[in-house]
Amino acid sequence: MQDKIANSLKGHNADYVEIRLEENKATRIIYRGNRLEEIGRTSSLGGNVRALIKGGWGFVSFNNVNKLRDKVELAVNQARLVGKETSKFSRLEPVTDVVTAEIEKNPTAVPLAYKKKLFDEYNDIILSTPKIQTSNIGYNDSQRKITFASSEGTYIEQTKVDISLRLAAIASEDGQVQQIGLSLGSQGDFSAIEGLQEQVKQMAHRAVGLLSAPQAKGGEYIVVLDPVLAGVFVHEAFGHLSEADHVYENKRLQDIMVLGRKFGDKHLNIVDGAAVSGLRGSYKYDDEGVSASKTYLIREGILESRLHSRETAAIMGENPTGNARAINYLFPPIVRMTNTYIEPRILSFEDIISDIKEGIYAKDWYGGTTSLEMFTFSAAEAYMICNGKIAELLRPVVLSGNVFVTLGNIDAIGNDLQMNQGGGCGKREQSPLPVSNGSPHIRIRSCLVGGS
Amino acid sequence: MEDILAQAKKVAERVEVFQVSSKVTPIHFEANRLKQIQDKESTRTAIRLIKGGKVGFAQASGFIEPETLVEMAVETCQFGMPAKFDFPNPKVYPKIDTFDLQIDAVTIDDMVELGEQLIAKIRQHTSDILCEASISRGIASVHIINSEGGEASYNKSLFSMGFEGVLIKDEDMLFVGDSHSSCHPALDFRPIAEEVIKQLELAKRNVSISTKPVPVIFTPHGVASSLIAPLVSAFNGKLVLDGASSLKDKLGEQIFDKNFFLWDDSTLPYQVASYPCDDEGVPSQRTALIDNGAVSHFFYDLQTAALANTQSTGNGSRHGGLPTPSPSSLVIGKGDTSFRDMVVDIKEGLVVEFLIGAEQGNILNGDFSGNVLLGYKIENGEITGRVKDTMVAGNVYQVLKQLEAIGNDPRWVEGFLLTPCLYCSSLSVASRAG
Repeated sequence: MQDKIANSLKGHNADYVEIRLEENKATRIIYRGNRLEEIGRTSSLGGNVRALIKGGWGFVSFNNVNKLRDKVELAVNQARLVGKETSKFSRLEPVTDVVTAEIEKNPTAVPLAYKKKLFDEYNDIILSTPKIQTSNIGYNDSQRKITFASSEGTYIEQTKVDISLRLAAIASEDGQVQQIGLSLGSQGDFSAIEGLQEQVKQMAHRAVGLLSAPQAKGGEYIVVLDPVLAGVFVHEAFGHLSEADHVYENKRLQDIMVLGRKFGDKHLNIVDGAAVSGLRGSYKYDDEGVSASKTYLIREGILESRLHSRETAAIMGENPTGNARAINYLFPPIVRMTNTYIEPRILSFEDIISDIKEGIYAKDWYGGTTSLEMFTFSAAEAYMICNGKIAELLRPVVLSGNVFVTLGNIDAIGNDLQMNQGGGCGKREQSPLPVSNGSPHIRIRSCLVGGS
Repeated sequence: MEDILAQAKKVAERVEVFQVSSKVTPIHFEANRLKQIQDKESTRTAIRLIKGGKVGFAQASGFIEPETLVEMAVETCQFGMPAKFDFPNPKVYPKIDTFDLQIDAVTIDDMVELGEQLIAKIRQHTSDILCEASISRGIASVHIINSEGGEASYNKSLFSMGFEGVLIKDEDMLFVGDSHSSCHPALDFRPIAEEVIKQLELAKRNVSISTKPVPVIFTPHGVASSLIAPLVSAFNGKLVLDGASSLKDKLGEQIFDKNFFLWDDSTLPYQVASYPCDDEGVPSQRTALIDNGAVSHFFYDLQTAALANTQSTGNGSRHGGLPTPSPSSLVIGKGDTSFRDMVVDIKEGLVVEFLIGAEQGNILNGDFSGNVLLGYKIENGEITGRVKDTMVAGNVYQVLKQLEAIGNDPRWVEGFLLTPCLYCSSLSVASRAG
């Protein structure tokens, strides 16, 4: 196969051509209430070709992996129609490598009956909780083998395994419906989603607790975010804006996002990196064959670097960071986050809340989105903080901020970094991409909260 | 497909094979100029079989041996849910127009020209705007056969055009956008250009709004980004069956404004969400979900309908797995008030054009809360400018219980929703400026 691919890449008058082939096997299991609603297996074989000529791109995706040479030719012809300038693409030394997935407990080796027994147990815990109306459980595992080759001579095979599990407890009383979810994932180790009985039980009880909780009053508050929600916050509030494809052709945004600009106080360090190992966003090479790195987006409050593909790096005259990722062969790689987090400092949780007279403690995530400048992120759980103490439970809150203001409003960072592996990131049509986010507890001295 | 059906019949009592093939050519403009041309061809084959009374499922993209696909499905059967339905075998399907032969005549040059004209028209209005646009033409073919002799197939042509623009002044970003999709190749950039230019005009200056409840008008985009997600989940037959819908015991009750109507309609000619049959081979239909403000019907697939002792409404849709109830096109009934008359009626209020994050609250309870990505302030019957750093929060059942007015100007948005503007008397607004 390697020779066949290499031959297809030869003799085209293009600045750059790459071929990606992918074999994917996946299992999905869905429960709704006491019904095991869906259990299914999928298999997929496909690929794509991407070509660059004079700054213009052609992209061809297919399921039939025969006649690769014709597909290369089609992509090259498309690129030729588009390209009218000069191609800029970071230089890369050719690499030949085979990367296998080394996994303790590979989900593909775990029998369906074993998986079902585990989820039955979690489901029974949720459904046996009084006032719980129903439950949702969604489990996915996948094993992908990706073969990548470029006209520069790079040839890489990578095998990636991914697991995600989302559990939700739905409580209902007097026409009110409330829910709490729990999302987990791992880079293939099935044991990461075992032994959650106690967490699942607490989740179900919290969902019931929400039925009698009041809604927050809308307005600006001092908010404290737990590590999970702060991870979503850093992903939405800053991570997306550091993706260079938003910036590289936008002169005005470049002026705003100039390296060296101050975004926060000295205590603020924000990192992204697939080279941080063992997390859902970790890998050895990105989908352009660039080695993974660890990138300081913000160091001591100052914008230090951003996330790049080979094209955005070359156009901006910066170094590639190995952040070009494609969710599957149907799409070209675009600039994406990997594992994104705020580095820990020294404060304990008590230090952070002790001098707050009135505020909101928001925990766990439900979702998040951004327009780059303004962003929202929602908590699964929230409490009032009164005179330095956690007070009554509130209905889940949606928080919102402005990137140019809110990062500077972070006035306390805790010592308890935790990474959350349950998230999936969406950008353009490519969702959900495995990523992880994390942070210690953080305090934002003014944040907008939606409410009654 | 026949091979797979024959193989599976040897080991299972009942079988269905579903196949969808598509060929789509999108082109993308970035930073005001053409950046990429794509060509995407894909084929997906799914098998659903019933063995020992239980449902098994497997799916393959790309080549797979029929035996392997059948084995994969059989493996899942032992754990599958008990099948409560029969595969359909209707003698006739409604004739729904979903294919326009003109799609084949659209060239890449036509699409490039269209994108260039669209961007030029908008930059003629606002020269500093940075534009992204996508134009796509495609064809999809769906084919379903089952062991009960049922067979259905249809072709669909798809044409879509989308625009997003960003205008940056200092640290202020303004996002505008619109899109259009149809089975007809609509080679006219003007409707999108006009909508975007209208947004740019209304957002020319920034104004502040205070934190308090005010009257709100949702434009068609505002309806799509604020109110639709909770309604879609509440009318989903599966959530009703689970008891997770707020409407589970409200059938027949008038809980919405008596002038409010909502239909699910998969029969509208040349709409991208239309089809002669759903993904299980059930004929398409128009279903009234809200009729004169009363909860009239929920939407179902075969299995959910059987469990709920009712009939499928032809809303079985596949999202990479087994069919599940999903809306086709949604249509909100039009009223008799113009947008202009709504604005004139408001002393201090807000127009919501785009809301972000609204789907991330507790939509099961009907709650929505989000950041106003694009919205305009009304003062003394006039739109005075754009508001930002502002959140709105509300509950869809309270908002739709009594509407001040319903617009007379429905418009298709997001390819699946036909809606007029909706004017509600009071919604909670929180603002950083206020």
